[in-house]
Amino acid sequence: MIEADAVAAALGALRHTDPPALDDKLFTGWLTAPSRVGAVFVAFTPLGVQFVRSADAFDGDPGAFAQAYRQRFARPLRPADRAPAGLLPVLRGRRGPTPPLDLSGLSEFERNVLATTRAIPTGETRPYGWVAREAGNPHAVRAAASVLARNPVPLLVPCHRVVRADGAVGRYLFGTEHKETLLRGENTNLDDVAALARRGVHYLGSDTTGIICFPTCHHARRITPAHRAGFATAADAVAAGYRPCRSCRPVIT
Amino acid sequence: MAVPQIVETPTGDQTEEHLRLGLIVDLDSGFAAVVRCYGRLVYSVALRLAAVPADAEDLAAEAFLRAFRALQGYDAARIRELRVRPWLLTILRNTARNAARDATRRPGPPPAFEPPELAVAGPEQRIESELAQREWGRLLRLLPEAQRVAVVLRHVEDLPISEIAQILGCREGTAKSHVSRGLTRLRSLLADTELPGGQR
Repeated sequence: MIEADAVAAALGALRHTDPPALDDKLFTGWLTAPSRVGAVFVAFTPLGVQFVRSADAFDGDPGAFAQAYRQRFARPLRPADRAPAGLLPVLRGRRGPTPPLDLSGLSEFERNVLATTRAIPTGETRPYGWVAREAGNPHAVRAAASVLARNPVPLLVPCHRVVRADGAVGRYLFGTEHKETLLRGENTNLDDVAALARRGVHYLGSDTTGIICFPTCHHARRITPAHRAGFATAADAVAAGYRPCRSCRPVIT
Repeated sequence: MAVPQIVETPTGDQTEEHLRLGLIVDLDSGFAAVVRCYGRLVYSVALRLAAVPADAEDLAAEAFLRAFRALQGYDAARIRELRVRPWLLTILRNTARNAARDATRRPGPPPAFEPPELAVAGPEQRIESELAQREWGRLLRLLPEAQRVAVVLRHVEDLPISEIAQILGCREGTAKSHVSRGLTRLRSLLADTELPGGQR
């Protein structure tokens, strides 16, 4: 026969004394890091980088950054002393693999838009409509632009490489002037694009290969002036017997 | 943060006051102090409320995150009135109940792998105590939810009846009767089973 005391004592022994580290599951680390657009605040979970914002936007106040982070992600922050591997070089503009990103909590379309944008090569640009199509929804041009305007991880997902279809650079999370600086820093031929756009040319073809590209595509930039053919729309080019480039995949409308 | 590393004394009024002040001054670091202070307690109770022990860590983390989300919307006056420990445990209980309800409505993924038997050679006592843990956990899981919560809080975690009543959302008398009925039930369950830790 077991008395009540024995039961109570046995229950008391169930008290767990060695809890797992809940902190890592709950808290997101944050730190300040230098980047191509000045100092940025970076928040990252064990899964990857979650949030990047320029320090200027918060007047350098970490409290305001924490506030913005909480409003968006509803999780507590704690200062981190080490950046995730590979983050700092990429922020400074070195080419190469970006560190893992934590994009949990985003919709499928948002993740597709960011994944598409991430694949745009350095030195090239794409229009918003192209991103929408590549992300699987050709009509959601403005939606794609909104996703990029809220991009949680700018610089790591290079949303500055997405520009307007009319050849203008368009707006940017960190400010238009930063967008232009970033693109020029990547050796994008912005002046050529602007000059072509003034003549109503948005696609370049080569009459030797019969292929059309976006003007920033590295294949388009190799076409010698004598063989360069300009088109206002991709449909015109197709009508003239050109086929779209398989690297930059211009939109056929 | 000036929050002392108190290993929760039952008369935690001072601790609670520190925690509340910390939360008002800075939500993030104040919350870190709350997790430091009550992380063990919340995990230990989650271990008894989760459907399988492997879920306890996720359950505890989810409860803390919910608490944090709630705190974001509280102003200083509300935080000043907060009794942190019973409030956290209430959130934990609701989270566990929601999880249990969701689990019945949609078939989850296959159950997480749990080592069936500890084959590792270790100190014999440790193995015995772990067997006892598992067996007691199984018995507790057979109790109705309110009784299980009451028994765990009273006899495993040694909380006062007033807090248990607050967590269960009932009067103190009702809480006491949940505890006592739970114990009676455990005793009769125990009579049917052979328990490694019971015969001490």
